[in-house]
Amino acid sequence: MLEIKNLHVKLEEEDKQILKGVDLTVEAGKVHAIMGPNGSGKSTLSYVLSGRDGYEVTEGSATLEGEDLLELEPEERASLGLFLAFQYPVEIPGVGNMTFLRTAVNAQRKARGQDEMSASDFLKEIRAKAKELQIDADMLKRPVNVGFSGGEKKRNEILQMAMLEPKMCILDETDSGLDVDAMKLVAEGVNALRSEGRGFLVITHYQRLLDHIKPDVVHIMSNGRIVKSGGPELALEVEQNGYADILAEAV
Amino acid sequence: MALPQAKLDATDARLATLSLPAGGWAETARQDALSRVKAQGLPGRRDEYWKYTRPDGLTAPAPTSAAIFDESEPPVFDEVDRLKLVFVDGVFDAAASDDLALEHVRLERLADTSSADIHWARDYYGTLEASGQTPVARPLAALNTAFATDGLLIHVTGKAPKPISLIYHHQDPQSDVMLHHVIRMDEGAELTLLENGPAAARFNMVLEVEVADGAAFNHVRAQGRDHERQAATHIFARLGRESRFKSFTMTANGVMTRNECVIELTGDDASAHVAGACMGDGDFVHDDTVFITHDAVNCESRQVFKKVLRNGATGVFQGKILVKAGAQKTDGYQISQSLLLDGDSQFLAKPELEIYADDVACSHGSTSGAIDEDALFYLRARGVPHGIATDLLTLAFLAEAVEEIEDAALAEEIVTRMEAWLARRRG
Ligand SMILES: Nc1ncnc2c1ncn2[C@@H]1O[C@H](COP(=O)(O)OP(=O)(O)OP(=O)(O)O)[C@@H](O)[C@H]1O
Ligand SMILES: [Mg+2]
Repeated sequence: MLEIKNLHVKLEEEDKQILKGVDLTVEAGKVHAIMGPNGSGKSTLSYVLSGRDGYEVTEGSATLEGEDLLELEPEERASLGLFLAFQYPVEIPGVGNMTFLRTAVNAQRKARGQDEMSASDFLKEIRAKAKELQIDADMLKRPVNVGFSGGEKKRNEILQMAMLEPKMCILDETDSGLDVDAMKLVAEGVNALRSEGRGFLVITHYQRLLDHIKPDVVHIMSNGRIVKSGGPELALEVEQNGYADILAEAV
Repeated sequence: MALPQAKLDATDARLATLSLPAGGWAETARQDALSRVKAQGLPGRRDEYWKYTRPDGLTAPAPTSAAIFDESEPPVFDEVDRLKLVFVDGVFDAAASDDLALEHVRLERLADTSSADIHWARDYYGTLEASGQTPVARPLAALNTAFATDGLLIHVTGKAPKPISLIYHHQDPQSDVMLHHVIRMDEGAELTLLENGPAAARFNMVLEVEVADGAAFNHVRAQGRDHERQAATHIFARLGRESRFKSFTMTANGVMTRNECVIELTGDDASAHVAGACMGDGDFVHDDTVFITHDAVNCESRQVFKKVLRNGATGVFQGKILVKAGAQKTDGYQISQSLLLDGDSQFLAKPELEIYADDVACSHGSTSGAIDEDALFYLRARGVPHGIATDLLTLAFLAEAVEEIEDAALAEEIVTRMEAWLARRRG
């Protein structure tokens, strides 16, 4: 599904190398988790994959189902099925949540040559999905993320993911800022989307989320590289002992 | 003080092209106005009040010709139930208009009544304009009072059952038009006035509105279309106790638009809102100049102006809140913002507060900025193409001004035009 090879990325404005040769393959139907110390490059990886400005790829490649992601505009990547749940969802005053999502859903459908979703179908679907995530109708009418609590923003990301039905979902610390119950809701939302045709890359600092979303593979990222990969037990090890041993061993 | 020679010459050159309509009830008002023009001289580039906007095209003896916009887009307010009154190059077109009849409203043409000696409008015509000349001179408005040949005299005695809609067609690429409307709102009366259309190659419009105690005046205007047209408009309003005044203007296109709005709150507990949203491309110049005077207790005023500028367009805002001594409990708010879609466009703002009362809450702010890149990326990352995402953010920027339109259907009409304007320019 998602194939990243030897990816080197520096900041466009500065001579600062952030990703220093990332290799990572997420197969369809699998959940991969990335853990790693602050500043190791996890969010940078997710931004570069989704096409944010400000980064320069100096080496390597990233493909989604064989398509070169790095050549595409952000909206083209989204239409191909890539989704990033932001670590810090953006507030957009003046743009209604509902208008935004409907525009997004229909833009993606249009890009894929599908018919637009009717207003009533859209409404039905978003109401049902919002209910599952316990997002009240009032929040849907408000401007995108404006005045949402930290946890509400994260749930809103998952709602968008559920509506857009992407093939490859990257979740950047979706668990941070969530209370225990909200984390369960979010995990259920993610698990409901797990399917054979869909891959997940879950960035997190905590084992707790991975209790609910069981990963197939866990990677440790440090200083711009994946330094170790393993099964779910790797997350437990991090939880108990921190990164010191793993990093020492990797060097 | 004697006027500078250049100003005198320019004023004389313009006056030489005009002749004062003779006789009738408005004669004294017209002659007084002409004296004001002569004493003030027409605006010039050196005038402080015209520091950001060049008045040359508005004061020249003859207008620069303006090509007619293609009319493929349906006109704004088409869907609204309204009394339609049509002016073609500044002349009332009775055949194209509805009858001058509306419940609780007395409607007459300025041109029709001018030969009579007695008319209710005699006490109003040019009166608010004249009092709006201090502390800042507005010679183009005085010029209008002196020479306007047509317009409407509207006396509203109760709640008007539907909006009065003034439609200004532009057919002659050389037309030079002055319209002067007077509206008198009796106690408790209510009226919505709509205006749209480019009107003329050069358009000088004055609207005087007397809003009596407890009356409510709503105004929604869509200016624009013919890009080469020039316009100078003045709204003068005086507000009585517990009255409400709301005016919103959307402007799209126009090489020169100067909209002045002069409001005096003279009765306690009155409220005045003036808002504008404009969108300009290239050699577009748009100037909003607002002067609100609080001269009563517990009044509210609100100015909301938003400008979207691209390809070197220019936006100007001069807004003043004057709170006179004794105008306690004044609540004054003013915001002017521009969204610069490229580095060539510019926004010039001069917000001013002048306060002589101690128990007031007044705030003003002015900002200039580009599209929020984080928001843009967020939208694009969800699959919204760059152009559509930019438009969404642009409309979001304009929203605070549009929200000043009370009527949802009218607001929708305006938003639809904005969307269309943006979509036509989508990259
Ligand atoms: N635009 C930028 N300008 C300057 N430095 C940047 C920029 N983007 C990323 N960095 C730097 O790159 C490094 C990696 O940042 P990144 O946000 O990818 O880390 P992370 O692994 O997601 O960290 P966290 O766990 O704290 O979210 C950090 O040192 C960060 O300061
Ligand atoms: Mg991060």
